[in-house]
Amino acid sequence: MSTADAPLPPDLRADIAAMAAAEHHARMAAIPALMAVQARLGWVSDAHLADVAGLLGLSPADLDGVATFFNLVFRRPVGRHVILMCDSVSCWIMGRDALCARLCDRLGIRPGQTTADGAVTLLPIVCLGHCDHAPAMLVDRTLHGDLDEAGIDRIANALAADTPEGPPT
Amino acid sequence: MTERPLTAMIDPAAGPPDCAAYGRAGGWRGARAALRDMTPDAVIDVVTRSTLRGRGGAGFGTGQKWSFVPKEPAATRRKYLIANADEMEPGTFKDRLLMEGNPLQLIEGMIVAGYAIQAGHGVIFLRGEYHVALDRLTRAIADARATGWLGADILGSGFGFDIHVHTSGGRYICGEETALLTALEGKRAQPRSKPPFPQVGGLWGAPSVVNNVETLCNVPHIVANGAEWFRALGLGPDGGTKLYGISGRVRRPGTWELPMGTPLREIIEQHAGGMRDGYALRALLPGGASTAFLDAGQVDVAMEYGAVEKAGSRLGTGQAILLDDRTCPIGMLHNLEHFFAQESCGWCTPCRDGLPWVERLLAAIEDGSGAPEDLDRLADHARLLGPMGRTFCAHAPGAMAPLASGLRLFRADFEAHIHQRGCPLRQAA
Repeated sequence: MSTADAPLPPDLRADIAAMAAAEHHARMAAIPALMAVQARLGWVSDAHLADVAGLLGLSPADLDGVATFFNLVFRRPVGRHVILMCDSVSCWIMGRDALCARLCDRLGIRPGQTTADGAVTLLPIVCLGHCDHAPAMLVDRTLHGDLDEAGIDRIANALAADTPEGPPT
Repeated sequence: MTERPLTAMIDPAAGPPDCAAYGRAGGWRGARAALRDMTPDAVIDVVTRSTLRGRGGAGFGTGQKWSFVPKEPAATRRKYLIANADEMEPGTFKDRLLMEGNPLQLIEGMIVAGYAIQAGHGVIFLRGEYHVALDRLTRAIADARATGWLGADILGSGFGFDIHVHTSGGRYICGEETALLTALEGKRAQPRSKPPFPQVGGLWGAPSVVNNVETLCNVPHIVANGAEWFRALGLGPDGGTKLYGISGRVRRPGTWELPMGTPLREIIEQHAGGMRDGYALRALLPGGASTAFLDAGQVDVAMEYGAVEKAGSRLGTGQAILLDDRTCPIGMLHNLEHFFAQESCGWCTPCRDGLPWVERLLAAIEDGSGAPEDLDRLADHARLLGPMGRTFCAHAPGAMAPLASGLRLFRADFEAHIHQRGCPLRQAA
C-alpha cells in the first residue's frame, strides 16, 4: 500500500478535527485541512480527500469540487520541490518566456510536469507580487527575483544535485 | 518634506518592529484614541470626512462602506472585519510590502476598523504564495495577543477583537469581495449576487466588511491625526498618500509612498529613474492588469481616482505596468487575456466562454494566422463583456478594459500582424 492509499496519520486527523471544531462552521477548515495534508504528504490523494471530507462532514464530491477549484491544492503527485514560475504580464515583459524555456531544457520537462526522478515539478503561476524584481519565481517557499540565464542555471544546478537523502541547502 | 505615514516604520534591513518598538515609534495612537475616547460612529465619521477611498482597486469610500453595517455592539451580534490581502492583480506588489514591513500597522488598522463597525472577529485573507508575510503576520498577531492588543476587553474598553489568518488556496477571483467570502466559507470561490451586500449579509450571513490592506493601514493614522491632516496629504481632491508602483523596462522598478495625485510622469521619471537606455515608453496600464491602457502622451495625468478616470482608465491599485517600444503590444494583450481566461471562476457563460475565445483570437493574430475579421470579433467581445452587469462580477469587464483600449491604441500593430502573418518585431529580430 502506497502512502497515497494509507489512512491519514492519527495526529494529522486530530489536527484537522481540531481545525474544524475551531471554526464557526466545519467546512471553513476545508482549504486549511487540505493544505495540512499537502504539507505533510506532498499532495492530496483520493483516499486522503475522502478522509478529510469525513472529518469535515462533507461528501468527497463536494470537497473535491473545492479542492480542484484552487490551484495551490495539488490533486496529483508533485516532486519534492515545486517551482512556481510567474507567467503574468510584468515578468513576461521582462523576458520570462525565454527563461522558462531554458529552465525546461535544463530540467527536461515542460511546465506542468515533474522530472523523472521525482525531484522537481514546474508550474506556471499568476503574478507573485514581486514585479519590481521581475522575472520572479518561487522554489518551494523561497522567492527568486531578477532572474537571468545565470540565475536559472544556478537554481537548476542546485536542484540537479538534490537527492532524496540530501536536499540542497 | 513629504509625510509618509504608511511606510515611516518600514526598514527592510531591520525587519518589522515588535509591539514595543511599534509603540515607541508612534504606533497604537490610533487604537488608543478610538477605543478610549471615541464612539464607534465617531470613528466612522472621521474616516468618512477624511475622504479615504478603497486602495484595492474599486475606490469605494471607506467610511461609507462601514456606515452600512448594522449597529449592534460586537458582544451581541456576530460580525466580521476582513482584510483583503489576496494581492493577485498582475503588476501589483504594495500590500506585500506593508505586511512584510510593518504587520502591526495592519493589525492596528483592523482593531480600529473592527471597533468602528463593532465586529469581534478579524480575518486576514492572505494569498498562499506570500510566505514571508504569513510568518511575520503570525508572529505579530501572537505579539499583539501577548501584549493585550488583541483578545477580550482591549484597553479596558469592553471591546474584544481577535484576528485569524486564512491562507488562500489560490485563484485571482478570491480578491473579489463576495468570492472571498465564499472561499472563506470553504466553498468554490464564486462571486455572489448583491444585494444583500456583505455589510449586511456576508460571511455565513453575518455583517462583514472587506477592506484592502493598504486601506486599513491608513485608518490608525486618520484617527490619530484627524481628517483634515489626511486630506491635506493629497495633492488634489483625494486625501492621503498612495503606494505607487512601476514595473517594466525602467531603470529602478519599485514602489513608493507619495501624495495621492502625484503626476505619473514624476513617478516614472524621478522615482523609477525613467526608461532604460534603448527603450522608449509606448503605453501603460496605470493600475494593474484590469485597467485600460493610457498612451505615452498621457503621462502627465495626476494619479488620483477622478483624473485617471477622465483620462479613460482607472487608478486601480495605482501600480503601473509600462509597455516599451520594443515589446509587442499584441503579445502583451495575449498575456493579459490568457491570465483573465485562466482565472475566470467559470460561473457565468459570457466570462467562462468569452475570455478563452478572446485569448485564442489573440494567439492566432500573434502567431500569424489571424484574419481581418478577428478584429471585429475582438471588438464584439469588448462591447458585449465590457459594461458592468453583463456578467456576474467585475472580472470580465476588467479583462475587457485593456482589450478595448488596446484595440484603439494598437490598431496599426494588429493590422501589421495580420497582413505580415506574424509579429513584425519578431520578424525584424
